Amino acid sequence: MTTLTEERVCINRDRTERMAETGDGKKEDADYKRLQSFPLIRHTDMPEEMRVETMELCVTACEKFASNNESAAKMIKESMDKKFGSSWHVVIGEGFGFEVTHEVRNLLYMFFGGSLAVCVWKCS
Amino acid sequence: MSVSYKVGTVKSKQSPNVNTQPKAPVVKGVKTTGKKKDEEEGIDTADGEEWMQGKTLVKPPDQLDLTEEELKEEITRVLTANNPNAPQNVVRYSFKEGCYKTIVFVDQMAIHFELEGNLVHKESDEGRRLMAKHTEREDCGGDERLENVPIKPGKREQKVTNQFNFIDRASQTLNNLPREISCQTEPPPRANFSATANQWEIYDFYVEELQRREKSKEKQESQFPNKEEDRSKKKMIQAEAQSDDISQLAKPAEIIERMVNQNIFDEVAQDFMYFEDAADEFRGEKGTLLPLWKFQYDKAKGLSVTALCWNHIYSDLFAVGLGSYEFTQQERGMLLFYTLKNPSFPEFIFNTDSGVMCVDIHEQLSYLVAVGLYDGCVSVYDLRKKSDQPMYNSIASSGKHTGAVWQVKWQKDDLDSNHNFFSVSTDGRVVSWTLVKHEIVFTDIIKLPPVDKVPDDLKNVVATAGTSLDFHKQKDHHFLVGTEAGKIHKGSKYYSSKFLEMYDAHFMTVSCVRWNPFHPNVFISCGWDWMVKIWDHTINSPVFTFELKSSVTDVAWSPHSSTVFAAVTADGKVHVFDLSINKYEALCQQKVVSKKTRLLHIEFNPVHPIIIVGDDRGRVISLKLSPNLRKKPKEKKGQELPKGPEVEIAKMEQLLSSLR
Repeated sequence: MTTLTEERVCINRDRTERMAETGDGKKEDADYKRLQSFPLIRHTDMPEEMRVETMELCVTACEKFASNNESAAKMIKESMDKKFGSSWHVVIGEGFGFEVTHEVRNLLYMFFGGSLAVCVWKCS
Repeated sequence: MSVSYKVGTVKSKQSPNVNTQPKAPVVKGVKTTGKKKDEEEGIDTADGEEWMQGKTLVKPPDQLDLTEEELKEEITRVLTANNPNAPQNVVRYSFKEGCYKTIVFVDQMAIHFELEGNLVHKESDEGRRLMAKHTEREDCGGDERLENVPIKPGKREQKVTNQFNFIDRASQTLNNLPREISCQTEPPPRANFSATANQWEIYDFYVEELQRREKSKEKQESQFPNKEEDRSKKKMIQAEAQSDDISQLAKPAEIIERMVNQNIFDEVAQDFMYFEDAADEFRGEKGTLLPLWKFQYDKAKGLSVTALCWNHIYSDLFAVGLGSYEFTQQERGMLLFYTLKNPSFPEFIFNTDSGVMCVDIHEQLSYLVAVGLYDGCVSVYDLRKKSDQPMYNSIASSGKHTGAVWQVKWQKDDLDSNHNFFSVSTDGRVVSWTLVKHEIVFTDIIKLPPVDKVPDDLKNVVATAGTSLDFHKQKDHHFLVGTEAGKIHKGSKYYSSKFLEMYDAHFMTVSCVRWNPFHPNVFISCGWDWMVKIWDHTINSPVFTFELKSSVTDVAWSPHSSTVFAAVTADGKVHVFDLSINKYEALCQQKVVSKKTRLLHIEFNPVHPIIIVGDDRGRVISLKLSPNLRKKPKEKKGQELPKGPEVEIAKMEQLLSSLR
């Protein structure tokens, strides 16, 4: 059902190169980072309440396990299973493409922290 | 043997002869003699001597010989309670004094005889026990078990069942067969979604979002109506929340209503779709009309159907205008919309202040409905709106008619793409109304020429009432107006002063005039003088004339065939003609309503082979045309069946040429 292709793009290298270009570039990046760390929903078809709850849960998880995507994903998945029913799937990463089949009104795709993308969907 | 003596001294005066100590070998006779002596002394001497004679005194051998003196000695005998056998010299050792002492008081009781009795007091314990035992023994009958003495009376009822009195019997009730029921629900719907999560995508999206937020901030700062927007939004949200409750039910309720109606009128619906009267083959040319649904509305009972109009886009929806033709009975009017899918209740209901006289639905924009009223007003209703009020209403100042409006017809949008329609009324004016924004603007097109009978000086005052109006299907600018005087005028939109032609049609009011939908030259007219006439507009006299036995109230062409038309008369009959089959007679003359009900209007459905007729009781009846009434021309073998309006035109042309 899901085909995941994870691309391990060397983002860090690009970023450091950009930063090396200009000192201002560094500042800009830092500014943008700060400005862009709010959670931003890219695509969802969830109902309002569910969406808000899920978004908060994702933010909490990502902040708690900032260094470990797997644990964050695990936490999100288990909480979603408990709250909304079984068989949720969670992907957290910085660079990946995906095509998923999800139950209608049970998909959330959001960005967080300027570089993190979280995709949560239900399909049993 | 010892004899117990009573205490007391008894002095015996008896002679010393009597011994105190009885001796064993006492001869009876001696005693008796002794006694006899006593008796002698006591008793009177008279008898004593007799006793004395036979006996002599006998001395026992061991009797004491005492001297006389001794015999006379009085010896006192004392009876004491002393026991002679009791010891008199009992001595006991007294530890107090240390010597033996004689005890004076010695127990003097001598028991001569003792017998233990077996009488028990009945109140004592043992007595009670014995009583209980006694009564038990009486109850038990033969079973005397001395071992069961402590049995209490309560346990008497314990019966021990035995094999011979009790039998076990078992049976099995019917077990219901297990049944398997399985059900598969539909799985929740799924959708696919794909995206890519890259750093640049994320970055771009964030940038966009920031820009959007900035823009919205600017808008908020600049615009005041921001607050209003909020308020309206709030209202919207509230209204939505409210409407969620009930209006969500409206749609399903409507569906259910239609389903129920379909179930009730199931046979009718089947007939409508599929029934083709097989008997038509045997009837030759004639056909019949099969009644289908009846449409009735309670509140419309007192009103007559004054107008019928089918909706061109939704071919099951039609409009019914209700009012009154009686001059004296003018009250109110109604505009109802019925659909064939729901014969029980109208879809739309509009109440008007005065009677509705005519209705027309716009051909393209089927939500626009023009209505002409008895008081001369024209209104336009918008069916999309929920309100009861018309969208536009002509008022006195805006040039409304001074008499009842008899016909309204929509026209194509004018050059400014405003909707407009024409109307004709009793005041003799043909007026065009244009809907401009929120207003309705009138334009006088033409005034009907006065009737000849009216004297010259009154010609400007007395108007010629126009009763019917129809526009040519292809050449828009041509129109026909029928008048109360029985004349038909042909006019053009481009000429506002004069009519092009005038036809002497009927002796009485022209009730309806209509162009043929196919043939450009032909039109039909009907009047209260019992006539239906078919004209070629180039010729002054009618091509066909039919006399129906009653005043004809309405006539309509069939949209499928150029030679088929139907007319309704005041005696409740529907007449259907097909000129290509029979030029002189109706194919069907059928009475569809009860006596004394006049049929007032008729309309053909543009799609289905049904007609609706309205009567003066506010009812609309739908009828299905039998196959004979909608025949297509017979094709010759081998030839393709030509279709299309050209055929119809050709048909009509054939007819006309045959008459010329």
